[in-house]
Amino acid sequence: MKRNVPLLITALGGFVLIVAYFIPATQGWGEVAAIWFDILAAIAFILGGGNLLKIHLKKVSDKVPGWAYSLITLLAFLVTLTVGLGKIGVHPNPQFPAFAFSGEYRELGGPFWWLYEYAFKPLTATMFAMLAFYIASAAFRAFRAKNTEAILLLVTAFIILLGRTFAGVFLTSWLPDAVSGLRIENLTVYIMSVFNTAGNRAIMIGIALGVASTSLKVLLGVDRSYLGSGEE
Amino acid sequence: MYEFFKNLDKRWIFLLMFLSVVIPIYIIGITGKTFPEVPSLLSKATFNVIEQLNEGDPVLLAFDFDPASEGELGPMATAFTYHCASKGLKLYFISLWPVGPQMIDDVIAKVINPDFPHMKYGVDYMNLGYKPGNEGVIKVIVTDLRELYTTDDKGSGINTIPMMAGIHSVQDFELVINVSAGYAGTKEWIQYAATPYPDKIKIVAGCTGVQAPLLYPYIPQQLPGLLGAIKGAAEYEKIVVDTYGAEIPDPKYLEASRRMGPQLVAHILIILLIIIANWVFFTERKREREVQA
Amino acid sequence: MKRSFYWFVFLVMTVFGGGSISAQDGLLAPPVNLQAADHPWDHGDKVDLTWNLSVDDPALVTSYRIYSSVSPDGPFSFITIISSGDQSFTVEKLERGDNYFFKLVAVGTDGSESLPAVTTEAVVPARQWFDGNRFSLAIIILIFCGSVYYWIRHARMGGELKIRKIAGLEAIEEAVGRATEMGRSCLFIVGIQDMNEIQTIAGITILSKVAKIAAELDAKIEVPTSRSLVMTAAREAVQASYLSMGRPDAYNQDLIYYVTDEQFGFVAHVQGMMVREKPAACFYMGAFFAESLILAETGNSIGAIQVAGTAMPAQLPFFVAACDYTLIGEEFFAASAYLSGEPAQLGSLKGQDVGKIIVGVGIIVGVLMSSVASMIGIDTPFGGWLYDAVNYLKEVILT
Repeated sequence: MKRNVPLLITALGGFVLIVAYFIPATQGWGEVAAIWFDILAAIAFILGGGNLLKIHLKKVSDKVPGWAYSLITLLAFLVTLTVGLGKIGVHPNPQFPAFAFSGEYRELGGPFWWLYEYAFKPLTATMFAMLAFYIASAAFRAFRAKNTEAILLLVTAFIILLGRTFAGVFLTSWLPDAVSGLRIENLTVYIMSVFNTAGNRAIMIGIALGVASTSLKVLLGVDRSYLGSGEE
Repeated sequence: MYEFFKNLDKRWIFLLMFLSVVIPIYIIGITGKTFPEVPSLLSKATFNVIEQLNEGDPVLLAFDFDPASEGELGPMATAFTYHCASKGLKLYFISLWPVGPQMIDDVIAKVINPDFPHMKYGVDYMNLGYKPGNEGVIKVIVTDLRELYTTDDKGSGINTIPMMAGIHSVQDFELVINVSAGYAGTKEWIQYAATPYPDKIKIVAGCTGVQAPLLYPYIPQQLPGLLGAIKGAAEYEKIVVDTYGAEIPDPKYLEASRRMGPQLVAHILIILLIIIANWVFFTERKREREVQA
Repeated sequence: MKRSFYWFVFLVMTVFGGGSISAQDGLLAPPVNLQAADHPWDHGDKVDLTWNLSVDDPALVTSYRIYSSVSPDGPFSFITIISSGDQSFTVEKLERGDNYFFKLVAVGTDGSESLPAVTTEAVVPARQWFDGNRFSLAIIILIFCGSVYYWIRHARMGGELKIRKIAGLEAIEEAVGRATEMGRSCLFIVGIQDMNEIQTIAGITILSKVAKIAAELDAKIEVPTSRSLVMTAAREAVQASYLSMGRPDAYNQDLIYYVTDEQFGFVAHVQGMMVREKPAACFYMGAFFAESLILAETGNSIGAIQVAGTAMPAQLPFFVAACDYTLIGEEFFAASAYLSGEPAQLGSLKGQDVGKIIVGVGIIVGVLMSSVASMIGIDTPFGGWLYDAVNYLKEVILT
């Protein structure tokens, strides 16, 4: 029962939506299903929040190594949640001054805005910016001219790296117009739009077939391990 | 030397990368000088698609990015908004990312409020805000925008906003301009809006450098214009500022050009690191052969 | 008098659908025989219009203007402008079930309009049961699904199937074994997307296989997730794996937990955890974005064996550079079949190959036809035929 009901829902839902895609009267069903999924996923936030509290409270109470991080996580979570949901420090909407809750939660200068502007924004930007450092270290470690293919890859990488900056223009601007295609900035565009596009298309075709095949396995119930019901 | 590079501590690389970004930022900050930009065909095409619109045409600006990618995408969002506002287009902002509305607020505060004070909210520009559902939102609003958007971002009823008269779906916009940091973003707008309605919905986009290679297959039929990363933004920015900017343009409209300086030095550093790493590799191989011989 | 005559002739021509009127005395000849018919195989929101050109087309006509109304007496509202020479147009965005009348006028070089051609009978857009635009897609899906189904059946009935070795998957057992030897944990990330993403499902499928190996070798497996639904599914999968290996006691659900939906918040947590706990093996299987390199480089710096699998083309180079093994695109989807070794699952891979053959043949035929057409010129009969065939493939079959 635990296995069959979800399988039935998956198979029925999947095949009905595939057929619905081809029938004008039912083409909107896919959107309805997507909206239902969003509702479920939104409700699952409660599940996630509960789990977050449970795991980190346990770590704090057990004083496991690094419990202070859990405490910071809990504090950040609860403060942001309270400020955002409670619309703390937010002025009511001028159209509805009698309703304290009618204001915008991210009102300019409000506590939630402050958290966003001075905590969330710099922190996420910092995490993203770390990529620059990791790209440099990965390039230093991984790029080796071991064989012909690797040499081609290296040359291409150099052209693209230079072509995406003024250095590309500077280095080859002396080339006459008759061979302007060989200027680094033009070579960059050519590599990106021809070789790169061709390679990407090949990978994407393989992926698309893989997606279709995997979806079919799921719908036919051939692969059930995602339901936690492997080979019962 | 060989031993030093062979066992090079990563922290040296991190330090060099830090310096290669910080020093150009500092120099450009002091001198105010940037490298010249030569607009590519793709940047020109993006500019031309917007340029061909007429004053008063409705344009949907979909800002699907967050603070993490603001460094890369913020300048192009600013340039797109500046271009559209300069042309007198009607701007409708929207986002599929939860923190997208903050990005929209930033652009409005940076471009429209100070430089286009005559533009009125609800008449010349408006913010539809964020709706969850990723591509599900696009699928719905390409045929019926009001099914999902009953109010704007501030909670005002759609029907009370003058510029919403006549706008029933994405098909009613003359152009969709998407600034995208990933999923949901340009790919989804192309797949679920431009592709099913090729005659009705036209899209130009700006995206992160990582995404750009994946979007090239859609050019030019499904995507007539694309700005790839900060380089694309700098090129487009130059055309916009040359066309609409003052004689001494406001530095906020040359943000991408300024960021090209650190990019140049960082790219050269990466090239040097790769060359050094290969020198180490070949030296090592040579020594191994010598030992074997 | 002359004007009345033209009106009479125009009405006769419009109603009886033939002939033409020429421009005389500055009056532009109108288009004739305007016909409106419901667009076949659609949602019921389109009408096809056809007409015969004005005899002044192309000499004096620059374009045609189309108008529509729900009443024969109007008022008619403007729809669009059509280039001279065109004899058909499909009007879209109409209301299903309403009556529609159409009006067409020719526009002259001086901007003047001809008398209108009008439809005399109402046309009602109707919805059909099948979307004709998707007919070719339905055929392609049927062929592909049919081949997958055939090979699954073939495998179930004992047919022999071969699969090439995938190094990344061969390394999984070694990686988990190493973690056991070192007394450290295995880290498994199922991407950062939700359960509606097929890559997440593929990731959980691989997780269940890895969990079996972990249960067998008594290794600890930790699964932080960025979606709560994924956490639930991962718990179910891992618990079932431990159960099937006869180790339900070793299953600890607290090792599979939700962190945050926020991309970089999740990365910060996982990165911190990796640096503190130093897992011996890291598996990244699912949909990844900018975090791929941050995670993989951190894993590399702590000396973990790393196996990644994703169908996000943009992230593949980062994983290839920083991980020991990477499952590229379709290899990632093939992983569950490979690891399970079940004939039915291997059959689906064979079906996938049939899809690849179809795509390959399609590409070769299309490229050849297109190249030959441009080499011999599209004005030659054969070149023109090839050009039309390529266009048909592009615009009808593949749209």
